Amino acid sequence: MKLLGALGALALALVLQTTLAQLMVRGTAALDLVLVVVVYIALSSGPTTGLIAGAVAGLAQDALSSGILGIGGLAKTVVGFMIGIVASQFIVVRALPRFVVFVAATVLHAVVFMGLYELLGLRHFGRPYSGVLSQGLANAVVGIVAFQMIEFVPGALQRRAADRGRVTRRLS
Amino acid sequence: MSALELRPRNSTYLFLAVVVAQLVLISAQVTTKTGAPILQAIAFGIVSEVQLAGSAVVRAAVGFWTGYVDLRGLRDENERLRGELGQARIALQQERALAQRSRNLEQLLDLRSRIALDTTAADVIAAGATPEFRTITIGKGTQAGLRPDMAVISPAGVVGRVIVPSARAAKVQLLIDRNAAAGALIERSRAQGVAVGTGDSVRLEYVSGSADIQVGDTVITSGIDGIYPKGFVIGRVDHVERSGGAYAGIAVRPAVDFSSLEEVLVVLTPAVPDAAPAGATP
Repeated sequence: MKLLGALGALALALVLQTTLAQLMVRGTAALDLVLVVVVYIALSSGPTTGLIAGAVAGLAQDALSSGILGIGGLAKTVVGFMIGIVASQFIVVRALPRFVVFVAATVLHAVVFMGLYELLGLRHFGRPYSGVLSQGLANAVVGIVAFQMIEFVPGALQRRAADRGRVTRRLS
Repeated sequence: MSALELRPRNSTYLFLAVVVAQLVLISAQVTTKTGAPILQAIAFGIVSEVQLAGSAVVRAAVGFWTGYVDLRGLRDENERLRGELGQARIALQQERALAQRSRNLEQLLDLRSRIALDTTAADVIAAGATPEFRTITIGKGTQAGLRPDMAVISPAGVVGRVIVPSARAAKVQLLIDRNAAAGALIERSRAQGVAVGTGDSVRLEYVSGSADIQVGDTVITSGIDGIYPKGFVIGRVDHVERSGGAYAGIAVRPAVDFSSLEEVLVVLTPAVPDAAPAGATP
């Protein structure tokens, strides 16, 4: 069920990324929703699930883009695995550590992705430091909000449902 | 999704497999600037680096071994050449000694031919045992006809006299010995005196203070002592001291280098004394 949820989240992120997130900062996407989902999965599920999710999401992104199939997949595989390792070694539940992890994951992804393209001489990115940094900040904000929503909303709904039940019983 | 989690080692293997698979996927789509597939270029690059490293190691090992073998060969050759050089040096010294000996013998023969005296050549086989007595030992003795008080000369001049002959050797008192003396005269002015040894040089005594003597004059034997034949060089006047007395003080530099004597001639014919000067006791 969780696997299906993860796949659904990735699919939703892909759709949103291809339709909504068209804003660019110095040639770099202002937000990578797919990367946010991969990091979320890696943080919550570990390195194996993280690398699989990264590989699938990256390959899907590559397939939908005009780039080389595998470069994005490789970058997100590395990110998913590394963040999963971090999550298995450290307790990352508070907002600040998560913020740092999202920023670091964005930087790592950019290094691998842009580094491979530069290494192969297929594309030049100039000096993408500000674009990567702004994307990292944006990913971190979105990721933390997503974490809060996912962790808070189900509990809130359950509490609300429970409150409704008590009121109904008293009225009856 | 926790069901997907593997043990860390398996997770790492899976990660590496996924990475390699995607690298292969990338390489299948990308060609290098030379047109070769990136996978082939990377593989060739890796293999060629291994080949280069292996070749470098082999070259280094071969070079080291060759250098070691060459070094050992060089060391052996060096030792052999050192030995040959040592032998050559010894041979050269022997040749030089022979040449010098030949020259000395030529000079002796020349001297022998110039003088009308019966002489015999002898090798110097030893120097004096004590510095107080200036003597040498020569390699001929009574078997060769040597007798006491026979004059010993060299091409440079007077050496001394035989004092103790044995059967095959003889002790020779050098002219510079403190107990040695010889009748002498100044060749230029014919002024007579007695050449007396001082231990390291010769002093001419009993020469008149008014005699015509100059530094550099040649001093020769006078033949009056009955030992040294007349006319052989003793040395040259080195210093003349006239103190107003009856005799002048005359220092003579010996003509013979007594420190480097190797061969000498022994005069077998007894000298005929002309006249005995006063105070001369050879």
